[in-house]
Amino acid sequence: MKAITGNRLSDGAVVYLRDDDQWTTQRSEAARFDDDDIAPVLSAAQLRVREIADAYIIDVSADGAPAGRTIIRETIRGAGPTVRGDLGLQAECCA
Amino acid sequence: MYRYDEFDATLVGERVAQFRGQVERRLSGELSEDQFKPLRLMNGLYLQLHAYMLRVAIPYGTLSSLQMRKLAHVARKYDKGYGHFTTRQNIQYNWPALVDVPDILDDLAEAEMHAIQTSGNCIRNVTSDQFAGAAADEVEDPRIWCEVIRQWSTFHPEFTFLPRKFKIAVTASQNDRAAIRLHDIGLRIYTNDAGEVGFEVIVGGGLGRTPYIGHTIREFLPKKHLLSYLEAVLRVYNLEGRRDNLYKARIKILVNAGGVEKFTDMVEAEWAAIRKSEIDLPAEEIERIRAYFAPPDFEALPAESAALEQKRKGDVAFARWLRVNTVAHKASGYAIVNISLKPVGGIPGDISDVQMEAVADLAAQYSQDEIRATHEQNLVLPHVKKDDLYAVWQALAAQDLATPNISLVSDIIACPGLDYCTLANTRSIPIAQRISERFADLEQQEDIGELKIKISGCINACGHHHVGHIGILGVDKKGEEFYQITLGGSGAEDASLGEIVGRGLSSGDAVSAVEKLVDYYRENRQDNERFIDTYRRLGADPFKEALYAAA
Repeated sequence: MKAITGNRLSDGAVVYLRDDDQWTTQRSEAARFDDDDIAPVLSAAQLRVREIADAYIIDVSADGAPAGRTIIRETIRGAGPTVRGDLGLQAECCA
Repeated sequence: MYRYDEFDATLVGERVAQFRGQVERRLSGELSEDQFKPLRLMNGLYLQLHAYMLRVAIPYGTLSSLQMRKLAHVARKYDKGYGHFTTRQNIQYNWPALVDVPDILDDLAEAEMHAIQTSGNCIRNVTSDQFAGAAADEVEDPRIWCEVIRQWSTFHPEFTFLPRKFKIAVTASQNDRAAIRLHDIGLRIYTNDAGEVGFEVIVGGGLGRTPYIGHTIREFLPKKHLLSYLEAVLRVYNLEGRRDNLYKARIKILVNAGGVEKFTDMVEAEWAAIRKSEIDLPAEEIERIRAYFAPPDFEALPAESAALEQKRKGDVAFARWLRVNTVAHKASGYAIVNISLKPVGGIPGDISDVQMEAVADLAAQYSQDEIRATHEQNLVLPHVKKDDLYAVWQALAAQDLATPNISLVSDIIACPGLDYCTLANTRSIPIAQRISERFADLEQQEDIGELKIKISGCINACGHHHVGHIGILGVDKKGEEFYQITLGGSGAEDASLGEIVGRGLSSGDAVSAVEKLVDYYRENRQDNERFIDTYRRLGADPFKEALYAAA
């Protein structure tokens, strides 16, 4: 499965595209696409230049967790630095 | 210290106003990201994994207490309460919002600070010896020449779009604390046999995926010709350096592809054509800049302090810190204080806003208002009276800034790695943390002696792994982190590139590997040999065997 991620333009925060076409910082809310369906979704997302600095495709498992070659990178990106558990989304979840 | 004149202030102010407009146009969608990216990079603003990252210049590593307080203010108001000192005397903020960056730059400008020359394919922030103006072993204060270079290189119209970034470092000591042989240009100020002071000019050093030690292309350059000679080097590089391949665009590739003799001939020919022009500064302008770096008014003090000796005898922890973290000063009765930003288990180079203010207070009270940043990601109070060392130590210890480990096994350079950096393949910081925890015993660290461990999370080598006595390079293998060990590198006056010793190791094994290497060294060292000396005497094989035999 695939998902679309990017960094929010205003502050660089990591965001994911939701089913309702809005951006969310919660990876668990990211829309999941079949591999064959993702290209036009990315093209449309990349046109939203006032919302995001960039957008790209990531591999995700059926339950939405990062998968494939960039699994470590995307896990850290979604959660926050592994050396600062008090920062990033990982800090918000359990505060 | 150098004070900005009206030209500097105008320049910085205009640049901030220009960037504010560019940010507004980006936010409105008038500029695309592709259009905006080169503009933000000219202002030190990167996009990293979690957020933007702003890199602020600390020219030649020199800061006043006012400037350090401003850095603390930015960390607190706009970021997440900390900053990260890099390997090129810059500080990075990891969480600034794009919408705030123009205000951050305005605030920094109030303290004569900026993010100019911290990114992009220009001449970058010039770096120097962190002990400049204080070191007992220097010929003269190298920052005078750093400031000359800063003024010449800032927004130099001919060198704004070089093939690639360009880094210059200057030292005036035989003991190289500025890694001059690993820079695009390294300058060493020394006194020649005729008693004249000038520069040894070293070109084409660098790390990254194709590491090189720099070549000396001019044994002795009279000081007055510095700028015309630098201009000749830059001009040859700007014209002849490759622009077709990002990985072959640095000057080191140009120098080594055609050979150093050919490169030197081109520079000398260019220099012959331009040296009579008006590029070189008039003597009175150099003297004007020199006056800004006049030594502080040092008190006439006895070489030894009775108060200090009393404390040294009575306090083992203080005595250890004195031995490891303080250095001889050129003025009698003074010392140079190293502030370690490498506490056990800490993140190399990170410092909180509260710690920054504590350092600023100490500089104001005890160090002639001066602070230095080092390329090894530590700080320095350059001018502390020996009588005051105990009070300074106590204040630093209260802020967890007195770890006595300078140049020891836990004084590790580590790039931000995959915890922050979008280029990284693996994490670096956790390896540094685990090594420093493994070697937490201070007595053992001191017994091991000087040992430079440097860790990079990708082949770009921001963590200088090629020149670590023990270097560690992170490599990604199908989504798993592995670490490759190199041995025998040095970034100092005995510069050398490390040799890869074998297959990659898991993160846990990499930490154990360091322990095995250190054990082997301790069993086989002679006299006062450092790790690197024993390695050079015995060669790589026995160390490889120690590393892999029992594994």
